[in-house]
Amino acid sequence: MGSAIDVRALERSFGERKALAGVTFDVRAGEIFGLLGPNGGGKTTLFRILATLLPPTRGTATVLGHDVAADSAAVRREIGVVFQATSTDKKLTSLENLVHQGHMYGMSGASLHRRAAELLERFGVADRAGEYTETLSGGLRRRVEIAKGLLHSPRVLLLDEPSAGLDPAARRDLRNVLASLKKDGTTVLITTHFMEEGAMCDRVAILDLGKVVALGKPEALSAESGTDVISIQSRDAEKLKAGIAAKFEVPVSVLDGVVRVERSRGHEFVPQLVESFPGQVEAVTVAKPTLEDVFIRRTGRRFGEER
Amino acid sequence: MMLPALSLAKRELVRFFRQRGRVIGALATPVMFWLFLGSGIGRSFAGQGGDYLKYAFPGTTTMILLFTSIFGSISIIEDRREGFLQSVLASPAPRSSIVLGKVLGGTALGWIQAFPFLLLAPTVGVPLSAAGLAAGAGILALTAFFLSSIGFFFAWRSESVAGFHGIMNVVLMPMWLVSGALFPLAGAYGWMGWVMRANPLTYGLSALKSAVIPGAAEPFAAGVAVAVIAACAAAAFVACAATVRGEGA
Repeated sequence: MGSAIDVRALERSFGERKALAGVTFDVRAGEIFGLLGPNGGGKTTLFRILATLLPPTRGTATVLGHDVAADSAAVRREIGVVFQATSTDKKLTSLENLVHQGHMYGMSGASLHRRAAELLERFGVADRAGEYTETLSGGLRRRVEIAKGLLHSPRVLLLDEPSAGLDPAARRDLRNVLASLKKDGTTVLITTHFMEEGAMCDRVAILDLGKVVALGKPEALSAESGTDVISIQSRDAEKLKAGIAAKFEVPVSVLDGVVRVERSRGHEFVPQLVESFPGQVEAVTVAKPTLEDVFIRRTGRRFGEER
Repeated sequence: MMLPALSLAKRELVRFFRQRGRVIGALATPVMFWLFLGSGIGRSFAGQGGDYLKYAFPGTTTMILLFTSIFGSISIIEDRREGFLQSVLASPAPRSSIVLGKVLGGTALGWIQAFPFLLLAPTVGVPLSAAGLAAGAGILALTAFFLSSIGFFFAWRSESVAGFHGIMNVVLMPMWLVSGALFPLAGAYGWMGWVMRANPLTYGLSALKSAVIPGAAEPFAAGVAVAVIAACAAAAFVACAATVRGEGA
């Protein structure tokens, strides 16, 4: 399968600040691709460029072969865009919002109404289709947003932080929506600053300070170091860190007051650790690395921590 | 081209009637101005051959247009802030049809409020004829289109409603003040006369007076006044479309 989205050496500056400093990746047709990273990492800038709302400074981005800057009209016809900010008109009903959206895409008449009703049904908003969207809960409103983005049956759907501000139930809901989109063969690009959401994507790119710091299948990224992550709570983390560094030849660091060791066969390491530093270890956890650990390994920082 | 524009314009109307406060604000303020100012000045400067209530009547109609155009323009800033505009801009609807939709929406809003007010003309001794009303309706629409475009032009670049208020006070309100709404061109001092002649709204109002008030002594021929306001409306629209074309990638 070919690329649905192709981003090459993309740069975007705002004055002196480089929001994107040379980003390259591609999204294959039919996959769910996650753009992960902390706030300020460049996700939103990249999203706006792909949505044709912001021209790149340098480099290229194409959607289904159309250049976002040179041929934005063609790109706009191909993509469905779901923004983080609600784009529904709160003084219109869900149905009216969808019908209006359809008109923007040149749809009209009975076929438009049928399609709108079908999507409202599919997203479980049909029984409230006649209410102003301002009366809907955040989760329902987000579903109307997604319905809006899918109305013209785009082959590529862009979702900006779709789970922000949603309760756990609504997030699970979103996961099901993504799964059903995948079944339909829609290519989905989703941005999120929740690392754990990377796990539901086929592939992810982790963006930090305008650069791609990791790219690949989430499970492959997590597993590539072959190590476990051992987190140790201690009253004096720095002292314990120095002790571990002196005694064992393992990478050790302190993040947020927790000593962090990466080592293969972590469960075998724990008894040695506890015996070597009696009284210093309050709690220990051993875990397979998550995408957050991948981020820490690549950047030396915790997610959401300032540089 | 037309489908997105009409859909956007219709949305303006639907929203308007769902927000009662706006209906009252855009209509009550000008009428209050007119009644207070007209009745207050009353016969103080009699000599024009009529009372001030009558003189200020056509100007009040354009003030209604002005106010609705301001409200309409503020809605652009709100659309941007609330995120609605983003999804419109990400759609394949041509940029010019997006502008047309917003401006037509504002025009329709102004018109449906100003025209009923025009029907009150007989209360100040201005008899209405069918031909006068028809011409007046057309001129109101042109003037509303002009004012909506001007409002759009400034609102498009404004990031906040507060910023737009500044422009409104410096551009839109003075434009109405020196349009002949409050005082006639004939009696103004020289420099003010030229300011009034340079003001497109002066022509819109003059055309309205020529159309509706029988025997009105206007400084411009009705045809000239209509041509000027129509040309200015078209120019303002083109300026808006050019501004919006620069938006996005």
